Amino acid sequence: MLRNYILYLFLLPSIILTVIFKYVPMYGSIIAFKNFSPRKGILGSEWVGFEHFQRFLSSPNFYDILMNTLKLSAYGLILGFPVPIILALMLNLVRGAKFKKNIQLIVYAPNFISVVVVAGMLFVFLSPAGIVNALVTTFTGKPIAFMTDPAYFRTVYILSGIWQTAGWSSIIYVATLANVDPQLHDAATIDGASLMKRIFHIDLPALKPVMAVLFILAAGGIMSIGYEKAYLMQTALNTPTSEIIATYVYKVGLQSGDYAYSTAIGLFNSVINVFLLIFVNTVVKKLNEGEGLY
Amino acid sequence: MDIHYTGKDRILLIINYILLGLFVLAILLPLVYVVLSSFLTPNTLITKGFAITSSDWTLTGYAKILSNSAMIRGFFNAIFYSAAFAFATVLFSVFAAYPLAVEELVGKRSIMIFFLITMFFGGGLIPTYLVIKDLGMLNTVWAIILPGSISVFNIILAKTYFQGLPKELFQAASIDGASELSIFFKIVLPLSKPIIFVLALYAFVGQWNSYFDAMIYLDDPKLFPLQLVLRSILIQNQVQPGMIADAMAQAELKKLSEMIKYSAIVISSLPLIVMYPFFQKYFEKGVMVGSIK
Repeated sequence: MLRNYILYLFLLPSIILTVIFKYVPMYGSIIAFKNFSPRKGILGSEWVGFEHFQRFLSSPNFYDILMNTLKLSAYGLILGFPVPIILALMLNLVRGAKFKKNIQLIVYAPNFISVVVVAGMLFVFLSPAGIVNALVTTFTGKPIAFMTDPAYFRTVYILSGIWQTAGWSSIIYVATLANVDPQLHDAATIDGASLMKRIFHIDLPALKPVMAVLFILAAGGIMSIGYEKAYLMQTALNTPTSEIIATYVYKVGLQSGDYAYSTAIGLFNSVINVFLLIFVNTVVKKLNEGEGLY
Repeated sequence: MDIHYTGKDRILLIINYILLGLFVLAILLPLVYVVLSSFLTPNTLITKGFAITSSDWTLTGYAKILSNSAMIRGFFNAIFYSAAFAFATVLFSVFAAYPLAVEELVGKRSIMIFFLITMFFGGGLIPTYLVIKDLGMLNTVWAIILPGSISVFNIILAKTYFQGLPKELFQAASIDGASELSIFFKIVLPLSKPIIFVLALYAFVGQWNSYFDAMIYLDDPKLFPLQLVLRSILIQNQVQPGMIADAMAQAELKKLSEMIKYSAIVISSLPLIVMYPFFQKYFEKGVMVGSIK
């Protein structure tokens, strides 16, 4: 028993911290249903039911913000998800371990650059006087306002995201491919299968289970794209496409101090997310012979 | 494995190398451009192309950055936050994960579920902010270090590692009369250097690159980490006081501030870029261990 007593003691700090920083905020989110005033506290403030949710759903920018959130993640997922897989398949064809390692060293690198720096680089490269517009101007005669024109926000956001994370995300696929039994490839080659055939019939099926799990996870987080980069890339002019739920929650809550309303919007977001996770998991299960995340 | 490639296969391989080459270039070019620009007067690259002469090179951008107190302070704050955060993360993850890896611990399942729930449900931005505020942690280093240091993902990572350690070792030690504490400190911890290293490395890099918590929890510029100082230079275009002498012409000022941006990007990324090749395999190891469960 003494043995267990020490083990429970080991667990204690983490349990206390989890209660304070995770469970207390969960409890605190009931202010979404209250007319929260910091003076009266969470318990003292009176209930208002779904008033904040109704206010959000009927607010004039609700539709735009919801669609911006959905589009940004959905396009990001559709365009970004296949890239690490293709990259891994391409890396798998590279001969020479050292050469391959060097390529990997380069393609992983952007993952270690901070979002602030990536957003900063976008601003200096894509500004009207930047290098990209120097090229654009030579061809079309006038610069494109990439960072201020709402029409370009999504493209810039998604492409820079792929630039930053595709290499790093490919690791798991590269490792899975390395575990494919070489005899399968040998046998297929003897049977006259071309390289292309082997990629489609040996490599891709080997990646399928990993792809399914990662896809569910990515799709489940479809509403929860971080504030961090979107907030940094936001300019006064591009908000028609760059305002997403996460940035809106930050603005309403911490900049305008409307705590309860902001919490309600955040909660709305999480609920949709849970439903999406369940939905995508069900669909993938059907397509993937009963194999899903749970 | 290298049997015979047919003609068609060779074409595919060549296309593959070309595409990979383009991808590598797309990654590399912006980075190289930033580094070159940080040493050149602004727009030299654009206007002169490769006809750059030796007189175009300058260290002015770096001199301005390195003589800026906000930047220097941010740099050291970031080192402190990242190191403290890494230490806290390792401490909490390892101490929480070890008991959960012990098979016969009563209530293990419930405790695991208790942690796992936080992975799927969260309080959200405002309720978390209110907790930090009520604890009086606003504008203190605790707000940066404590809340994020406990993560389910890290606990699972460490737990998976501990479960992979040979059980016979513990049983033998236990038969020899070693207490639980001495088993943990004399056997488990020394065997766990790889996972401790991976957790610390991930936590350090994560904290080094983050700005959001600092932005919402800190008010005092003296406490700002590097990324927050960078944000004001790169995104908000605020040239820090003291970086540019008072009565400089508007155009000069704009030029110089562009240059400062490039130098700031290089300096802020330098520590990680220097570390990176040495630690690459540990990062990969971390991803792989993480993907098991």
